[in-house]
Amino acid sequence: MSQAPQYNFAYLDEQTKRMVRRAILKAVALPGYQVPFASREMPLPYGWGTGGIQVTASILTPEDTLKVIDQGSDDTTNAVSIRRFFERTARVATTTRTSQASVIQTRHRIPEHPLTKDQILVFQVPMPEPLRFMEPRETETRAMHALEEYGVMHVKLYEDIARHGAIATSYNYPALVGGRYVMSPSPIPKFDNPKLHMSPALQLFGAGREKRIYALPPHTRVKSLDFEDHPFSVQHWDQACALCGARDTFLDEIVLDDAGRRMFVCSDSDYCGERRDNNAKAKNGPREAA
Amino acid sequence: MNFEPLLRVKDLTKFYGERPAVDRASLELWPGEVLGVVGESGSGKTTLLNMLAGRISPSQGRVLYRDEENWLDVHACPEAVRRRLARTQWGMVWQNPADGLRMNVSAGANIGERLMALGQRHYGSIRQAALSWLAKVEIPAERLDDPPLRFSGGMRQRLQIARNLVTGPRLVFMDEPTGGLDVSVQAKLLDLIRSLVTGLKLSVVMVTHDLAVARLLAQRLLVMKAGQVVESGLTDRVLDDPQHPYTQLLASSILQA
Repeated sequence: MSQAPQYNFAYLDEQTKRMVRRAILKAVALPGYQVPFASREMPLPYGWGTGGIQVTASILTPEDTLKVIDQGSDDTTNAVSIRRFFERTARVATTTRTSQASVIQTRHRIPEHPLTKDQILVFQVPMPEPLRFMEPRETETRAMHALEEYGVMHVKLYEDIARHGAIATSYNYPALVGGRYVMSPSPIPKFDNPKLHMSPALQLFGAGREKRIYALPPHTRVKSLDFEDHPFSVQHWDQACALCGARDTFLDEIVLDDAGRRMFVCSDSDYCGERRDNNAKAKNGPREAA
Repeated sequence: MNFEPLLRVKDLTKFYGERPAVDRASLELWPGEVLGVVGESGSGKTTLLNMLAGRISPSQGRVLYRDEENWLDVHACPEAVRRRLARTQWGMVWQNPADGLRMNVSAGANIGERLMALGQRHYGSIRQAALSWLAKVEIPAERLDDPPLRFSGGMRQRLQIARNLVTGPRLVFMDEPTGGLDVSVQAKLLDLIRSLVTGLKLSVVMVTHDLAVARLLAQRLLVMKAGQVVESGLTDRVLDDPQHPYTQLLASSILQA
């Protein structure tokens, strides 16, 4: 792409980035607290990652290497279009390798590959307010956060157990941050909740439509809410990944044909590919370049 | 025994614009007492109740609540304290149960909410408490997992009472608790309230326009008209020997069955 720079670096103007960075700094200082910010119109629809893209644009430097995933995969529409957006407007290097990225924008997953202290994970958040389903009034939810009135969160979990015999909430599972704020970890599966806890990477959450930014600084305690007699647990599969054989990853169920055949594969396409490469190497020696 | 009042109110006034909705109301509420507040629509009963419960702030005057040994100014203390009181030592029963219940979550969760707000995190014991309270308010145990949306009006009102009493409050505010219920259901509910109130030694401030309800439940009455307390005293005295012309009118308007 050799076009003249028509946009400011990473699309947003510098004043906007300053404003977003201030919100991020405040969010980092108050882990789990939702900081309001003046969310801008972005050239993609609400719900496609307008919050995440503004956070990424504000923290990106020319030296960064960006990875974008959607449902764990690098090659779905949302991931491809956001990656191309930053290739064009910021001309940063992009990668699909988790270990090589310095900034990872994600929707619905945390990569399987453990993150390091040199990485920043940016989440796209549709609904930042964990109390919203129980309490529709914004004034009231703010007071509840301020006064740590989180009893209603357990009402929701109680209701789950009463109806389904177990806590049926399987994504966007509410968690208590640093013993203070209850946060909604964006619609990641609860499988990924333990990865939020004490992560060495900085984790930023951007909600564009709701105009909120919140953060988990590195090494923050994150406890998923539960009952003493119904403790938090993550999903397990009987199958291993049909492609790489992994048994410890989050699996997607893929329907193969109208006859109802299906397979389970890792949702993290990069992790799965890496494992398959390694398996092949271990079997056949170094794989030839394709 | 403690011979101090639970609630002490002096010259409580609320202005809406120029007009006072409540004009210099004073009262004392004693432990274990049911105080009825009667009067016609627009006389300021509900405004008074909301000020007592700390839900709207008065233009003048103070509401003092005895929290164990200390007197607490309900409207001067921080919101956190007020809200803690509201969900531990106080209860609030609304005329419309939908205002006091979560209509879409099960009866069990409605009763358990206060317990969970106080930090109980054991599903089994919360459920047990909910079951025992359902029994106390005469709702069949098999309705535990049904939402109040599927309850009748009388059941909803009883559920609302259970939800409030589960944390063992000392003081319950009731705003027309029997309004909108038919006569037989009303009688049953009154019976229940009366037995709970005496059994648990609750103090109650109850707003009602129904003098029959007031006569049945309240030991003392406060008669309000146009924002002012025009008469107060023992229920039987007020109703049998009304002094103020308005009370006389009110007492004579009871239909004799």
